[in-house]
Amino acid sequence: MKGLFLSHLRMSHFRSHRRAELFCDGRPVALYGSNGAGKTNILEAVSLFSPGRGMRRASAEEMARRPESLGWKLVGAIEHGADRHEAEIWSENGAARQLKLNDKAATQLALGQIARVLWLVPSMDRLWIEGAEGRRRFLDRMVMSFFPAHAEASLIYEKAMRERNRLLKDQKRDAYWYGALEAQMAQAGAQIMEHRRLALALVSAAQREAETAFPVADLELVESEPIEAEGLAQAFADSRGRDLMAGRTLIGPHRTDLEGVYAAKSVPAKDCSTGEQKALLISLILANARALAQDFGAPPILLLDEVSAHLDANRRAALYDEVCALGAQAWMTGTGPELFEEFKERAQYFEVSEEVGISRVEERFLG
Amino acid sequence: MSSTRDIDKLIEMMARLPGLGPRSARRAVLQMIRKRGQLLAPLADQMAKVAASARECLNCGNIGTEDVCDICRSEKRATGEICVVQDVSDLWAMERGGAFSGRYHVLGGTLSALDDIGPEDIRIPQLVARINNEGVTEIILALNATVDGQTTAHYIADQLEGRVRITSLAQGVPIGGELDYLDDGTISAALKARRSI
Ligand SMILES: Nc1ncnc2c1ncn2[C@@H]1O[C@H](COP(=O)(O)OP(=O)(O)OP(=O)(O)O)[C@@H](O)[C@H]1O
Ligand SMILES: [Mg+2]
Ligand SMILES: [Zn+2]
Repeated sequence: MKGLFLSHLRMSHFRSHRRAELFCDGRPVALYGSNGAGKTNILEAVSLFSPGRGMRRASAEEMARRPESLGWKLVGAIEHGADRHEAEIWSENGAARQLKLNDKAATQLALGQIARVLWLVPSMDRLWIEGAEGRRRFLDRMVMSFFPAHAEASLIYEKAMRERNRLLKDQKRDAYWYGALEAQMAQAGAQIMEHRRLALALVSAAQREAETAFPVADLELVESEPIEAEGLAQAFADSRGRDLMAGRTLIGPHRTDLEGVYAAKSVPAKDCSTGEQKALLISLILANARALAQDFGAPPILLLDEVSAHLDANRRAALYDEVCALGAQAWMTGTGPELFEEFKERAQYFEVSEEVGISRVEERFLG
Repeated sequence: MSSTRDIDKLIEMMARLPGLGPRSARRAVLQMIRKRGQLLAPLADQMAKVAASARECLNCGNIGTEDVCDICRSEKRATGEICVVQDVSDLWAMERGGAFSGRYHVLGGTLSALDDIGPEDIRIPQLVARINNEGVTEIILALNATVDGQTTAHYIADQLEGRVRITSLAQGVPIGGELDYLDDGTISAALKARRSI
């Protein structure tokens, strides 16, 4: 049985791709070609088949092919078991991205129910060292893969918080107004915190149970707020004085951090070697995928940008074996086909090249 | 072509109306001119009348042709219930089905700090004043399910807590700006299934 995968992807005027089309059968997808050929752009296109701004957090305008900058369009077929959904995602003249599912206008939240996509990109190499925001985003993407409703709770929370921050900035003191916003922040916030806890428990269990070449990361949420709505609402109310001085909301799930520890060595992730830090992230992504396979009935689509290049041959072979055992459609990039040798015929290969600023994508039969 | 300038201008103005486009505007204007006596002249008269007299009800914000609207003047509608809606179109939608026998309070918007819309901008003080003046016993909130709509609902509920019964239309029913699109049966079902908050 095949899991969740994109069986068809067409990119029109999307970044360096003027018109490129890929047909996939659910095996991992190995994309190779020189620097600047357009490989990561393909991964970014796939990442847009899940809610949010995609892998690069780019605006719709930035993704339009230059120099024309007229707009872009992606067409994809998402397969899951016997289900098939046609998704069209496009933007015209720099306007916000639009979406159709099976020919009907749809919301990103509806897309989130269908497609689950996780990614690992080179900029995450510094995830454990840099600010909490990146870790929180990584965490929330994992959470969203289990609970698509997490996206909606986050939107409500953020909207209400922006309103509250505005009141704080304007030094408003209308207690009813604060109360009305805090009630909604507390309700959505409690959901956010609950989702995060449940997702982490699932990922941790999946890490412990698996036979894997990748190290276990112990994860912990760093937060001190009450986790039920009533307590959280009270905490927001109590914090008004301090928040008024700061001009913004100082407590709440938007401040949560994620702490990782290399379990076997009891070393905090931020103090691990570069390779170890990467291995911890791969371990988490794989554990997430395994847990999701049980929870949702299929592993997510994985986007692993330049992951192979950082691994030694043994680890690389182990990663490919795990991806294949999972049955995940992992989209992977590398500069040459030799990086994917260990896949043999278990993957599909596409060569990506670039000529006068236009990317080409051609399937190759290696393995 | 200057001879058709006034007509073109009329078409252009009509085309800007919600629900009309250039095509329907042209058809409507043509029809009106053909039936000048039965359609165009009476329509122009009526529009002039409404232009002179249309105003917001000082009490509830409904639109009528007097300072106080028919609903606010009718003793029959003094049931002690006030339904709070965002827009006049919501009020009209509820009236269409005749499911509600009390009075209304039209906010004309929702609280929004980012858009600089505060309680005074959406007639909340007037609502509070009406509680005593009209012997109100129940406030029914029929506001949007958006963050701003719900902020407004919480705000009103907290401010009036302990003074009157406060209810809200059954959850899951799209309300606010969408009331207009609901059939009358759905509106009356949502009203019957209202819950205390
Ligand atoms: N909006 C755009 N319009 C046209 N070209 C773009 C646009 N955005 C990015 N590009 C170009 O796309 C090219 C390919 O980018 P991409 O990141 O996909 O390369 P890559 O194959 O992943 O390379 P590397 O191996 O270096 O990571 C780059 O040369 C970049 O300048
Ligand atoms: Mg790249
Ligand atoms: Zn009135």
